[in-house]
Amino acid sequence: MQIHKYDTVIVGAGGAGMRAAIESTQRSRTAVLTKLYPTRSHTGAAQGGMCAALANVEEDNWEWHTFDTVKGGDYLVDQDAAEIMCKEAIDAVLDLEKMGLPFSRTEAGRIDQRRFGGHTRNHGEAAVRRSCYAADRTGHMILQTLFQNCVKHGVEFFNEFYVLDLLINDGKTAGVVAYELATGEIHVFQAKSVVFASGGTGKFFKVTSNAHTLTGDGQALVYRRGLPLEDMEFFQFHPTGIWRMGILLTEGARGEGGILRNKDGERFMERYAPVMKDLASRDVCSRAIYTEIREGRGCGPEGDHVYLDLTHLPPEQLDAKLPDITEFARTYLGIEPYTDPIPIQPTAHYAMGGIPTNVEGEVLRNNTDVVPGLYAAGEVACVSVHGANRLGTNSLLDINVFGKRAGIAAANYSSTVDYTPLPENPAEKVQALVDGLRDSTGTESVAQIRKELQETMDVNAMVYRTGATLKQASEDIAALRERYKHVAIMDKGFRYNTDLLEAVELGNLLDLAEVLVVSALAREESRGGHFREDFPTRDDVKFMQHTMAYQEVADDGSTSIRLDYKPVVTTRYQPMERKY
Amino acid sequence: MSAPTIDAPHSAALDAAEAGGVQMITFTLRIRRFNPEEHPEPVWVDYQLTMDPKERVLDALNKVKWEQDGTLTYRRSCAHGICGSDAMRINGRNRLACKTLLKDVNPEKPITIEAIKGLAVLKDLVVDMDPFFQAYKDVMPFLISNGNEPTRERLQSAEDRERFDDTTKCILCAACTSSCPVFWNDGQYFGPAAIVNAHRFIFDSRDEGAEQRLEILNDREGVWRCRTTFNCSEACPRGIEVTKAIQEVKRALVTRRF
Repeated sequence: MQIHKYDTVIVGAGGAGMRAAIESTQRSRTAVLTKLYPTRSHTGAAQGGMCAALANVEEDNWEWHTFDTVKGGDYLVDQDAAEIMCKEAIDAVLDLEKMGLPFSRTEAGRIDQRRFGGHTRNHGEAAVRRSCYAADRTGHMILQTLFQNCVKHGVEFFNEFYVLDLLINDGKTAGVVAYELATGEIHVFQAKSVVFASGGTGKFFKVTSNAHTLTGDGQALVYRRGLPLEDMEFFQFHPTGIWRMGILLTEGARGEGGILRNKDGERFMERYAPVMKDLASRDVCSRAIYTEIREGRGCGPEGDHVYLDLTHLPPEQLDAKLPDITEFARTYLGIEPYTDPIPIQPTAHYAMGGIPTNVEGEVLRNNTDVVPGLYAAGEVACVSVHGANRLGTNSLLDINVFGKRAGIAAANYSSTVDYTPLPENPAEKVQALVDGLRDSTGTESVAQIRKELQETMDVNAMVYRTGATLKQASEDIAALRERYKHVAIMDKGFRYNTDLLEAVELGNLLDLAEVLVVSALAREESRGGHFREDFPTRDDVKFMQHTMAYQEVADDGSTSIRLDYKPVVTTRYQPMERKY
Repeated sequence: MSAPTIDAPHSAALDAAEAGGVQMITFTLRIRRFNPEEHPEPVWVDYQLTMDPKERVLDALNKVKWEQDGTLTYRRSCAHGICGSDAMRINGRNRLACKTLLKDVNPEKPITIEAIKGLAVLKDLVVDMDPFFQAYKDVMPFLISNGNEPTRERLQSAEDRERFDDTTKCILCAACTSSCPVFWNDGQYFGPAAIVNAHRFIFDSRDEGAEQRLEILNDREGVWRCRTTFNCSEACPRGIEVTKAIQEVKRALVTRRF
């Protein structure tokens, strides 16, 4: 076992982690631990843009953006946090441009902006051009630009280091424990502050836009240390994933004029969202698609998808503005989007919930108190700026605004305190986990359990949910968790043992799926991305509050989930009926 | 309810994409395995699989790992050609496993899979990426600008933005560099990917570091090692005209115009 000492440790090297690292490295001795290489992170898969009220192409202001964010989140957004995000959005975009990000440009040479779902002029009057973009590669450009600037600032990366535990001593952050993929060695990183920026957890669904690697590692290990997870029942299903594969096709396609059509060729969104139509928020569009499919208007021999139609757009526009997604259609479906509509279905995309933080990125241990030295930013965190449904582009914004804030706050904290002593045998838990999996003589397969988990989540906890389906998912997950205790791996080696890590990741997915389902079962209302057919309306009296889920460990080692609730911060917007 | 605005057009390709009743195929995946913990030399191992030919080579690797042999080791993440993790030699050609469909690599015969060349193989398809990233870092892959920052964004015409668009697409997968015969024989050569990333800044109208980067690439191990074999352009899964970019850097070195 090796022990390292850094002022600040950042876990994850996607957009939020690298944005934090750029700040933190200039202020404190920082190590970035990533289970991949930095540029492999899923920020790179984001396409459509990053909203900020630059008003480069038409009138706009940050207050309209804030309103859209709050409304888009179905009033579960903490409005103080949304105000900060939308105000700081403008500088966040300009910061990236100054770092070198090659944004698409207007005639006048300014950063170009385009329409995006749920982003409106003057509180819902009409769609507004707010999304700053670089073709349909905005996430790629952000990830590359941040990595380039990490190189510039000499950020110290530990690549292919899996963080498997968080060390807390006497209520304060003491460091993390990591597993080095190349050697199987365990490393303890003592740190004054730790920033979690380890991304999402979409791999508990089958049809998902998420990478294989998005297994909720940060959320799971924080949760197992007794800290709460907020609003985990709110998961976003992006309307336009490639049918059956789930590969993301940006909302920017509809921002450029793309239209959703059913088997009759009808532009069905006109019925569900008369003003915003295809640019209604994602939860609204995804439900509309499934309603079309359920009512027999789906496309194809099974009637199980709809079309994203770009055929009326000029090929030059598709080449310039949507080159990657049109290539995806050609590569994976063998169709030509100039002339064929693209078969799509909603795809599990984004966790609105996560590790609760305040606006400085400090992690909450209950409704009011923070864990000194512990920070989180990006999809792993819940500030909450996305509430019950995130608006398109606001995730790239979130990682930049709150990644930067968390990086600064963590480094500043590191420079004011001494190290918290490491607990005794700091690597004990991780060693036991790794040895247990390597030595297991069980007969259960990781891939089989994961497949069954994904199937039950897709059937029972996706766009439409009921008490009965969620109970079914809950029972299925409980059975899978039981089987997971007898899981075995084939690779017993120490060198690049990805078999072992897949087993660890599955454990994380199982824990988090259980939190999602239990939180969803208790929320007897419909709000944003959480739709209960047995409770189809929003209930602001009982449920305009955040879910806080805690793991309780009994004396015999068995675990259960305790739910608590936290009030929503409301500053200027009272809840209204949500129409697009 | 509004009336349908168009009839959904249907081509044969769309019908094929939507067709039910998958025609499965049985084929052989022939993988060059290497694990120095077990055996000092690499060995070729065959795996029989039955799958939908429209699935990806990465899906086939996953199927082997998940159902037949959990020790098979490779890098992967996004699974749709954007993260650059899974560059490998498939039937002797560098490709991303997640962007290559089985039907496109002739599953009638065994499909061969091996690690990319020119970088040390650590286990199975996993290579040491450090020399690759070092070459990238050596070309100063970040915007260099002097003087005061503008209050707002720097202006850049759409035309100037287009000038370096092609090289902004790089995902650092190493498919180009590890397809280059010069790189195979001379690990000190910067390699195509590093030059592509230098190009991305040299031709960015906002950047002021072109002279510095050109001097770096004027080195003995710099652009002049390129023998214009076009392997790199063929290998790039992002369709970057890599050889052209290298030629443009060479020309900029001669003319000092960029």
